[in-house]
Order: sequence, then C-alpha cells, then structure tokens
Amino acid sequence: MVDPDYLKFDTLSLHAGQEPDPVTGARAVPIYQTTSYSFVDTEQAAGLFNLEQPGHIYSRISNPTVAVLEERIAALEGGVGAVCTASGMAAFHLAAATIMSAGNHVVASRNIYGGTHNMLNLTMPRFGITTTFVDPRDPEAWRAAITADTRVLFAETLGNPGIEVLDVPLVAEIAHEHGLPLMVDATFTTPYLMKPIDLGADIVMHSVTKFLGGHGIALGGVIVDGGRFDWAANQKFPTLSQPYDGYHGITFAEEYGHQALSMRARAEGLRDFGAAMSPTNAFHLLQGIETLPLRMKRHVENAISVIDFLETNDAVAWVSHPSVTTHPDHDLAQRLLPKGAGAILSFGVVGGREAGRRFIENVQLASHLANVGDAKTLVLHPASTTHQQLSAEDLTAAGVGEDLIRLSVGLEDPEDIIADLSRALRASQKG
Amino acid sequence: MNFECRGEVVNYATGGVAIDRELPLVVLLHGAGMDRTVWSQQTRYLAHHGFAVMAVDFPGHGNSDGMLLSSVKEMADWVSEFIAEVGMGPARLIGHSMGSLVSLEVAAHHPESVERLVLLGTAPAMPVHPDLLGAAERNEILAPQLMTSWAHGARAHIAGNPTPGLWMRSGCQALLERAKDNVIFNDLTACNAYEAGDVAAMITCTTTVVVGSEDKMTPPRATAHLVAGLSDVDLKHLDGVGHMMMIEVPDRIREILLSALR
Repeated sequence: MVDPDYLKFDTLSLHAGQEPDPVTGARAVPIYQTTSYSFVDTEQAAGLFNLEQPGHIYSRISNPTVAVLEERIAALEGGVGAVCTASGMAAFHLAAATIMSAGNHVVASRNIYGGTHNMLNLTMPRFGITTTFVDPRDPEAWRAAITADTRVLFAETLGNPGIEVLDVPLVAEIAHEHGLPLMVDATFTTPYLMKPIDLGADIVMHSVTKFLGGHGIALGGVIVDGGRFDWAANQKFPTLSQPYDGYHGITFAEEYGHQALSMRARAEGLRDFGAAMSPTNAFHLLQGIETLPLRMKRHVENAISVIDFLETNDAVAWVSHPSVTTHPDHDLAQRLLPKGAGAILSFGVVGGREAGRRFIENVQLASHLANVGDAKTLVLHPASTTHQQLSAEDLTAAGVGEDLIRLSVGLEDPEDIIADLSRALRASQKG
Repeated sequence: MNFECRGEVVNYATGGVAIDRELPLVVLLHGAGMDRTVWSQQTRYLAHHGFAVMAVDFPGHGNSDGMLLSSVKEMADWVSEFIAEVGMGPARLIGHSMGSLVSLEVAAHHPESVERLVLLGTAPAMPVHPDLLGAAERNEILAPQLMTSWAHGARAHIAGNPTPGLWMRSGCQALLERAKDNVIFNDLTACNAYEAGDVAAMITCTTTVVVGSEDKMTPPRATAHLVAGLSDVDLKHLDGVGHMMMIEVPDRIREILLSALR
C-alpha cells in the first residue's frame, strides 16, 4: 500500500510557509517591517481591494512575515488556513466575531482560562452574546446547554487549572449532531501533542505567546480554520452563508467553501477590529516554532521527572496531571495525547494557604509569575495571588484549593528544577 | 447560486457577481472529488473582467443535488444540457483534470455548446493507481491524502500560497474530505475508464492546454499525446508546478485564462 508522501512535523516546523527570498536569497524569514505595500497599477490595486486576487495591502490585514507564521501554524495543525492576531484573547474574539452576532449563544467548558471566562461571562453579554458554562467531562451537560441560538461549543484541550483532558472526538460529535462547530483552545498542548482538527475540532486557537513561541518575548494569537465544517449546511451562520455587502455581495461559503472562515476572518475581522500581529512578533514566534518538537519533548520529559519527585515528597498532599494514574482523565490522555499530556500541572502543599505562600516565596530558580508555557519553569499560588480575594469556599467552587500550586515545567536541567522545588517545599513546612 | 437542470438543483459560484446575460459565458468544471471552490482564485477575477462566470458543482458534488454521473460521457452530456438550459451558450469551457476530460467530450460531441476550450492538468487517459481506487472505494481518508500528495508540486508542499495564511496541502485535503461517500470513487472510476481515442481530432474550437512540469497525475508526456491530436492548440508550460495549478500558481492561471478567453 502506498503512503502519502507528506513532509513530517519536524520538517514543517522549520520550513512550512517559507522559501528562501527570491530576490535576496535570505534563508531566514525576513521581518517585513512595513505598514503598506506599493501597488503595481490601479487595476491591481482594485483587484486586491475587491478580493479578485490575493496579496498584501496594509499590514493590519496581512503582512508577509506574519503570513509565514500563519501558514506554518496551519501546516502543523492540519488546517486549511490560519489568521494571526495580536494576542490569544484577540484570536478568541476574532473567531467569535466572525461566526456570531448579537442574540447568539456559546456553550463553553467551565474549566477555562480566566481571561476567556471573563470575556464570555462579562464582556460578550454586553454585545448580545451569552454563554452557558458546563462541566467539560459531562456529555449530557453539553447537549442540554445547546439552544436554538447556540453557534459554537468551546473548550480547552487541557483545562485550567485542573488539566482536564477534553474528549475532543466526543464533544465534536455532539457539536456536529446539532450542526455546530467545535472550537478549542489548544495552547497547552500545541500541535506537537495533539492535532484537534484530526480529532474532529473545527476551529483551533492558540495563545502563540506560550509554548509555540516558548521564549516569553512576544505576544501573539492565532485561529486555525479546520476547513471541514459546512457553514452553509443550515441558516445558523449568515456571516458566511449569506451575501456580504462589505465586498459587493460576496458569499464567503459559496466562493471559498472550505476556506470561508479564514477568508472572512481576515477580510472583515482584521480589517475592522484591527487586532493584527506585529511582523516583529511574528518573526520572534517563528524562531520558537522552529524548535517546537524538540522543546515539547523536553517539556514533557521534565514534567514527568518533576511529577515523579512530587509524588514521593512528604510536603506534597496531591499531584494533578493526566499522566498520574489517579487523574480522572488518565485513560483519555493515553488515547488522545500519546506523546504526553503537557508540562503544566498542579499540586497541593501540605499546610494549605500559608504553606503555599511560603513555598512560592522560597523558590529561587522557578519564576513566580502569572504565565505558562515559557522555556523557564514558572510557578503560581493562586490562593495568595490571583485568587487571594476569594474565600476558601469560593476557591473550592472555582476548582482552586487553598493549597494549590500551578507549575509550568520548563526546559532547565530536571535535577535543578527538582532541587529548587525540594528546597521550597522544605521551607513551606517551617511555619 | 442555484439553477435547475434535469429537475435537480445545480449549484455554482459566480465570483460573487450577478450573472449578466449580455456577457460571454464562462463555465468552469472541477476535478474528481472536488467542487466549484477549486476555482476560487480565478472566478472573482474573471467575473470582474468581462465574463459571466459559472463554476459549477457536478451533480452530487459540493452543494448540487442529483445522482452522481458515472462516466465522463454522461458528465459531458449533462454539461451540454446545462449550457443549453442556461441559454447563454456557446460557452467558453474551462476544465481541470476530470473536468478537462468532460470538456474534451463536450467540445467533440456537442460542438454547439463550446466556443473556446481551456484544459488544465489534462491527458488523453487518466489511469488511477489501484491503491488509490481501493481507498476511495472504502471511503478511507487515505484517498484524499494520496490525491493531495500527488496533486501538488514539490514547492506547494512547503510554501508559496500567495493568499496570506492559506495552507495549500490541507486546503486540498479538506476539500476532498468534504466530498460525500462514494463521490471520489465514482469520479476516479470514471477517469480510470476513460480513453480519449480520436476525440482530439473532432475538436474544432481554439484550445488552450496548460501543463505543469511536476504534474504526477497528468504528466507532461501524457499531455503531449493529447496536444498532438489537437488542430488549433496553444500549449502553456508551467515550470515547477503540479496538478493543482489553479491553487499553486493562481496568478499565472488568471493571466492565462484571461488571455485565452479573450
């Protein structure tokens, strides 16, 4: 039996979307630090503005450096196209604004990043889009929350902070049963660990700032269009299935079919909302992606080493990560994440909130900050920082125990990470 | 847009421009397992350059209703009827791959339907690898994967999409994956069974043939056999381009089409 002669993941991480510059021969991706592009003549200019032919007009809509990053991420995810944005939050907004309007409704996992939760819970309702939050592990909860106004199901491939594994095929099936797309935030997994489109997801978003970039020096977001969802199969998505006056009556699903979402997100969303990625940030993020497979492999290996240490430490009450056999999603992770369930984990410090605070104040190598997915190991004690205004009861309701430490395991030598954690854990018990 | 032919809905793209019956009609025919959107980089351009454009979905493909047509000849008869029903013929007929075979047959057996012919990725026969046929018969994802792999030139497997942010390989594969069960197998079987015979000699209209140097599905030497039989033909050779030339080098194809159609 013959096989498709596709370039492999590691090769695409280095090459997809870019050829040596045909004029200068530059091998690395040049930074096209320009706002705008000279037109050949008035006919070409008119053609570009009218979507008759592709090309760059203004860097709010597209830019050659950003386009390389978009093509590369689309290639790694197996999507038909991608649109980069200024941040992960901008990516979520771009996708939502492209497929929804006032009066529409979202069904979302309740275990998602706080920023996204705020946008869905507090901000979007001001624009007429409401959300019902559900337990991502409960298929009936997903089904029960869908209404006639629902337009998308949304969850993270690995939840936050409990690292719940999303059963992407199952939730995708529920979405598709109702003629709806599934959108996932795959920031914690990256396409190295999971390719959600292959599992049935229709839109994938990332905070590229995190593992994809890996260096913590550049903000960015992206939406990836899976290209398998039929936006014209029902009347739920008029932005894609009905004529759009913004381009003289073009119907994106009719003209672009499987690429309709990518085309409209750029042609309308970046044009009108303007949350574009800067070319320099795209360049930095591309440098990160070149080593994504190497880094993710090491992230996962280090996480496993750290988990092994934590599980045997007397100052640790519990460890939560899908690789741990007692984690409720352990079996699911084995099936959907065969290369590993990422490098973000949580654990409880014996002694509760005060012990957690002492642990954080005694780490020396790990960085105490509110981020994840950096090459450097990061720690956070939500009960004494991001969630310090909450009572013990409120913390429990939010799935954040007083003793919970969130750890994003970096690329340092694992012995050094473990030595740092060991020292801080000893200090945590000296209250 | 929708039109009715043989009592079934035919879906077609116009480039987002309403059909002006005073303009010359251009009909674009897609390849096996695909639909009208393979022409998305050309339709809107042509529609704004003096043509009434109809990129059709064959019956049972894309958003068209109807039963699949099981042979190239049946497809050609259907296209001829469609052009007659539209009432704007003769058409300038553009066909890619399987669509090029259909175009050949229309021009040979229904010459009143065709004023000019443009054939992309074409050959007098299109034998299909048995592994591909088998995968298509079993509706396996391997079929779209093999077609996508073989249909693109080496450059297109890495980069080079002039439309910012679009990734060619997955674009082709997703389009094929959207085909309903049995569509790819039906079309590949039709291609596999087709032999042009002396069809080329029957064609009287001006013909433009476009061939890519890296086309593995209709390689240049196979295209040359067809070209040799055509009496009024202009051969356009594209270096470093595979079978999906409308996607791989859309700018070049727009230029060629505009020149050929005018």
